[in-house]
Amino acid sequence: MHALSLQMLDALAALLLLLSFAMLSQRRIVTLVNLLALQGGVLCAATLLLAWRTHEGHLYLSAALTLALKVIVLPRLLHRLIHRLDVYWDTEPMLNIAGTMLVGLVIVVFAFGLAQPITALASTATRSAIGIAVAVVLLAFLTMITRRKAMSQVVGFLSMENGLFFGAMSATYGMPMIVELGVALDVLVAMLVLGVFFFQIREQFDNLDLHNFESLREDK
Amino acid sequence: MKAIEWFTQVLEVLAALAAAPLFLAWVNQCRAWLSNRSAPSLLQPYRGIRKLFYKDAVLATNASALFRIAPYIVFGTMVLAAAVIPSMGTRLPFTSAADAIALVGLLATARVFLSLAAMDVGTAFGTLGARREMMVGFLAEPALLMVIFVASLICSTTALPAITEHLATESLALYPSLAFTAVAFTMVLLAENARIPVDNPATHLELTMIHEAMLLEYSARHLALMEWAAALKLFNYACIGFALFLPWGVSVGQGPLALIASVPILALKLALAGGGLALIETLSAKLRVFRAPEFLATAFLFAVLGLLVHLLLRA
Repeated sequence: MHALSLQMLDALAALLLLLSFAMLSQRRIVTLVNLLALQGGVLCAATLLLAWRTHEGHLYLSAALTLALKVIVLPRLLHRLIHRLDVYWDTEPMLNIAGTMLVGLVIVVFAFGLAQPITALASTATRSAIGIAVAVVLLAFLTMITRRKAMSQVVGFLSMENGLFFGAMSATYGMPMIVELGVALDVLVAMLVLGVFFFQIREQFDNLDLHNFESLREDK
Repeated sequence: MKAIEWFTQVLEVLAALAAAPLFLAWVNQCRAWLSNRSAPSLLQPYRGIRKLFYKDAVLATNASALFRIAPYIVFGTMVLAAAVIPSMGTRLPFTSAADAIALVGLLATARVFLSLAAMDVGTAFGTLGARREMMVGFLAEPALLMVIFVASLICSTTALPAITEHLATESLALYPSLAFTAVAFTMVLLAENARIPVDNPATHLELTMIHEAMLLEYSARHLALMEWAAALKLFNYACIGFALFLPWGVSVGQGPLALIASVPILALKLALAGGGLALIETLSAKLRVFRAPEFLATAFLFAVLGLLVHLLLRA
């Protein structure tokens, strides 16, 4: 039974990695947000499974937190922002999709190498997934780098948080509850503040292209 | 004993030869149903092949010998591949030669001759089709090899029958890596067999076609062999897929009786796979030719991801 639950955890970890790649290749912002919600769902399932396996009560709580925040509230907020800002497409990624994918592969190899020493030190049953968590973080970072629009950069940022959460989970069975609550609150507040920022940026430049920030002159 | 083994092998090849057009017809029928058209008969490909065999062959004046022998070579390699792939039994005389890398090489041989023949007459369409085929081929082949490597790493052998037996007999385990490679393999199958996201098998629209463009100059028995070979190729790819991802039900015994037991299971798998293939094709739109590399890069990505996940999560 335990062997099967461990295999399922591995499968969920692999799914998380796959979703990261899907987000990397996605051009439509609405789909990007849906993928983010799906990633949150997978994360929630993995947390629940781990909680059931290790009998750690606080993991149930963080699974509930993940479900509420990352599957329901944040995607809702993002969808509302998208509708109100009327941005549905991230038109031009910096690099073509196939190129981005190949860079992503190299990053995954790098992340696996990077996680090797941590994996060797960790004593949890899920330690082999640490590499995947690092890869998810770095891939989300790549998503942020290759996008121009503020909206998809925020999605990348949230995906990065997912990766961090998963890393903490697989390395030490989750962070202390207080830290987790703090991070969750931080993300929520960051989201709200960024929402305000979006409107400000659009008012200033008429679009959400972060390219505008590169020139800091007063004359527009 | 020896004679009966060879007899079984011959039976297996004949069954593959007979079943390949039927599988193609089944896929076409499913596609027709899914798009609310009245479906062609299941015997349609057989009728087409028979009609073509009765006709007189017409050759271009500047066609070389290569153009004439290419259909036989392509058809021959496909028959050999059908003999080698453990579609019904894993203990046949030929399947011991079924090294996965050699098999990929065999399929590549067919592609090379097909492309050479297409360029032989020197028409614009043939050359165009051959170039596109090569573009698809050089991107699909590494993806296919990666798919095979993942299965090889899991079973620590590149012999296809050994992989099948290993996967079929061990206790049920979840392999995320195999799930990834199954997706990659499906994409390679679609691209290699000129199915919809990459090529449309039902059209002669010159700007989009790949496989049809290479066959434009062929007629009569040559064309019949080429089309039969194409049907056989689809059948072979489906059987490779079963060998890697759905290995249950393949007979590991010897003799014709053991083989017969595995036939209904293979038929069931083919029926399901055909339906699935038709569903994928109906749901997806034809890609622009220049988007095909992106499609195949994704397939490669899936296969490499499977490899990485296997290496990391092996535990």
